[in-house]
Amino acid sequence: MIPTLPRPVWLRAATGIYVGAFLVFLFLPLAIVAVFAFNNAPYPAPPWHGFTLDWFVGNEAAGRTGLFGDQELLGSIWTSCLVALWVTALSVAVGTANAFLMERAKFPGKGVLGLLMLTPLVIPGVILGISILAFASRVADFCSDVFGLELDFLRPGLPLIVLGQFSYVVAIATLTISARLRRFDRTLEDAALNLGASRAAVLRTITLPYLRPALIGSAAISFLMSFENFNTTLMLVGSDAPLTIMMYGRMREGATPVLNAVSLFLMAASAVIAVTLIRRGRDAKR
Amino acid sequence: MPDQTQTGAAYGRLLLALLLAPALLWLLLLIILPHVDLALLSFRERVAPRQYVASLAQYRTFFGEPLYWHVFVRTALLSALATALTLLVAFPIAWVIAKLARGRASALLFMVCLIPFWVSETVRTLGWMILLRESGVLPQLLMHLGLTHQPVELLYHDATILVGLVYTSLLFMVVPLVGSLESLDNTLIEAAYDLGGKGWSILREIVIPHAAPGITAGCIVVFMLTLGNYLTPTLLGGKNSLWFTEQIYTQFITRFNWEQGAAFGFLLLALSTAMVWLGLRLSGQRFSDVMQRA
Repeated sequence: MIPTLPRPVWLRAATGIYVGAFLVFLFLPLAIVAVFAFNNAPYPAPPWHGFTLDWFVGNEAAGRTGLFGDQELLGSIWTSCLVALWVTALSVAVGTANAFLMERAKFPGKGVLGLLMLTPLVIPGVILGISILAFASRVADFCSDVFGLELDFLRPGLPLIVLGQFSYVVAIATLTISARLRRFDRTLEDAALNLGASRAAVLRTITLPYLRPALIGSAAISFLMSFENFNTTLMLVGSDAPLTIMMYGRMREGATPVLNAVSLFLMAASAVIAVTLIRRGRDAKR
Repeated sequence: MPDQTQTGAAYGRLLLALLLAPALLWLLLLIILPHVDLALLSFRERVAPRQYVASLAQYRTFFGEPLYWHVFVRTALLSALATALTLLVAFPIAWVIAKLARGRASALLFMVCLIPFWVSETVRTLGWMILLRESGVLPQLLMHLGLTHQPVELLYHDATILVGLVYTSLLFMVVPLVGSLESLDNTLIEAAYDLGGKGWSILREIVIPHAAPGITAGCIVVFMLTLGNYLTPTLLGGKNSLWFTEQIYTQFITRFNWEQGAAFGFLLLALSTAMVWLGLRLSGQRFSDVMQRA
């Protein structure tokens, strides 16, 4: 019950214990992953054999391939970054256009379009993946049969992964940017126009600076969503595997603690993004 | 000056067309046409190399082969169970965040609850595997405590899959719950208490009706994500996972039987959509409101 009502002691104690247990449940898997990145043993399992940095800096000579010597793993991190950068750029650009379309423009069928823009969020990622895979292959086959054109970017590979992730990440970017544009005080634009500014100047000096927090926020979320995506990517992957796919493959085989090392790296990167976003959010509210 | 208004109108139309183009390209080329194509694919059958006829064969196979529809039903039931468990686990925490903790403590607890979900699902699943597998942390601990004679395998059970799914879904339940509980006026609870209401009756008659929109939003999102999850069931359940997304993957990628895979995909999509629709109907909410909330 709420603090203003009498609460029996057992209830207070039970609440405290529950919160404690919940936090342990939340953080135990992450803590375990982090700890075993430093265990001096070939498998991420107890007992503890002492501290080592082999799983970060080890090389072939030491008999252990650490993260910084594992070309395959480093390559997949780079692949993931490349895909995520494309998805972020596309999603923020199209998301901004969509936000202006939905908040400012009037046209027939707007309600239907607004609903359609939300549908990618309720389609399971696996199905987004297979539908795009099947459609892209059909188009590629058609071009190959009829025009003799080989459109390689429509075959499983990085461009198709970018398109697949973009197809739903852009829906999230649209929601975030629209929400901020809706709260914008349009009299500011009118004032600038009355004072003789051109439409382009108003957009550049008034509207876009106001949208900046939402643009940065949706860019960070898009990057993270893309970097961590698994379901859609799994269906569209070609010869270059992004990090999540690479890790999945190795986890099935039973991998060395190098996966813990790369996970620790991911946790640090996510933490940096999260903290920056929360700081920015707090500054913007002031 | 009719001339100027005309150019203004033309400018407006051009701007509208420019803004509409990316949205239409996105929805048409990446969402609508691929799904139409998937539907067409699922309603045909290969009779000879590169020769296809329209048929219901793929759906007949699904209902005729017990393995397929068993896995489908199993996935749906386990997803529903995982959703219910997630609600049970998340509700007390949401209550503490929204009602018991104050000011900074509440904000801090909320933030701490969100942190693990910034980390990739792959990493979190790796953590569970290290914890639960036979040579892992928990079985060793249980043995050292003398509770078991030898390490027990805690991976590859249905319960393990459920733990993983609940863990992965918590965020999507806690956020809408906190939102809907925060808007509940404390004086209503006080009034109910003063009128003699007990804990359970207050929960049932005041709290749950008020939080219904948040509960529905959370349940819809969690069910949908659980149903479509691939990583957690296959890694924590191993060969016993029998998750429907795995069947889709097998048909599409391993067997290259796209017609069958498309039919499976459509069945999963139909179930997911039906549950979303049902959830909205039961709580009388609009789709766009729920998505904004989530």
